[in-house]
Amino acid sequence: MSDGTFFTRDRGWHPPAFAPGYKTSVTRSPSRALISFPPTLSEQTGPVFGHDMLGELDDDLLHNYAAPGESAIGPRIIVYGRVLDEAGRGVPNVLVEVWQANAGGRYRHKKEGYVAPLDPNFGGCGRCISGEDGSYSFRTVLPGPYPWPNNGNDWRPAHIHFSVFGSGFAQRLITQMYFEGDPLIWRCPIVNTIPSREAVEQLIAPLDMNRTIPMDSRAYKFDIVLRGRRSTMFENRPEGN
Amino acid sequence: MQRLDYLKESPSQTAGPYVHIGCVPNFCGISGVYPEDLGGVMRKPEARGEHITITGCVWDGTGTPLRDAMVEIWQADADGIYPGNEPRGQADPNFAGFGRNPGDQNTGEWTFETVKPGRVPMPDGRLQAPHVTFWIVARGINIGLHTRMYFADEEAANAEDPILGRIEHQNRVPTLLAEPQGQGAYRFDIRLQGENETVFFDV
Ligand SMILES: [Fe+2]
Repeated sequence: MSDGTFFTRDRGWHPPAFAPGYKTSVTRSPSRALISFPPTLSEQTGPVFGHDMLGELDDDLLHNYAAPGESAIGPRIIVYGRVLDEAGRGVPNVLVEVWQANAGGRYRHKKEGYVAPLDPNFGGCGRCISGEDGSYSFRTVLPGPYPWPNNGNDWRPAHIHFSVFGSGFAQRLITQMYFEGDPLIWRCPIVNTIPSREAVEQLIAPLDMNRTIPMDSRAYKFDIVLRGRRSTMFENRPEGN
Repeated sequence: MQRLDYLKESPSQTAGPYVHIGCVPNFCGISGVYPEDLGGVMRKPEARGEHITITGCVWDGTGTPLRDAMVEIWQADADGIYPGNEPRGQADPNFAGFGRNPGDQNTGEWTFETVKPGRVPMPDGRLQAPHVTFWIVARGINIGLHTRMYFADEEAANAEDPILGRIEHQNRVPTLLAEPQGQGAYRFDIRLQGENETVFFDV
């Protein structure tokens, strides 16, 4: 195990807690400074999930909610990439959970009121565990953009939500993946909570024709980068612990 | 000059209002995809140590409970060993260490059924007081919030805890203390903003 303490998180790269263009953040943002401390075992360790928890269709959103012999409606895509750390190393055995709207932009959720219809064969969740080199993939439909109440006429760009565990709980990350060429990306108040264009670009998945399966599915590549770890975890460990 | 060539961490984005679909689908009515929601059961009946419950709520700056948050916790077992990738030994096989809870859809209140964690050493060997790590995401939270829960009835251990000791404004320490309610029940409320804003950490 090569887990040491984590690289310090670059808070200026992430969205700030208080981002008034995204109105809901106004009352849900801590206003006092975060308190820093060097990571302890509580942050360096994290839950481990085994491949045995996965069902056969967990990474196949086209079929994991569909009736036998049926499939979700919409443009078929493959999303693939690697879970890496900031040192560029693949992070193996991490759980990646995804959720998304259907091809019409509708979520299967009782708090969702968009007029676009539900797809009876699409649930909207999937998961997989990264391989030895950090690679992961799943297949799904291209999600539709959808409107949301923020400024009266805000639309989310097409996106897939990602929840990722690292090898330590301090690497825990939730983010969103966007699609190359979507004009809604730069108009989105949630995207624009991210301070720099360069950081936003890191969340935009390019179309990869080389991974596209002819007559079947287009492919989009999305690498996820978790915080880096220094070399060994216990080089400073006093004897007896 | 050469370049260091580190990658940047993927920027965080809010979990949004539909986090349940991906993280606790059975809770929000999407059944048949996963047999059970992740993190729903932390301990088996045989788990060692004191069996406790932690109940609480996440409150916004107006004093309104969040009904769409997802709270995760991570803690050591009763002997202070973390399940999973722990270099010091094997944790209690009947204890998971990880819990995930979306809270009640009407009240926002959540309850974790867990065990009281043992003390975990710092890298320099000093012992931390028993504590539970919390991670909170929701619509309107742009990057997951880390905090810790300590036990108000562990006064001696809390007094020597190196992390609590780092908090400059010691009058904020009580925001991290869960109050015993009797019979192993603890209450821990998390306030995102305002006068009694919970201490959040950059770990
Ligand atoms: Fe969304």
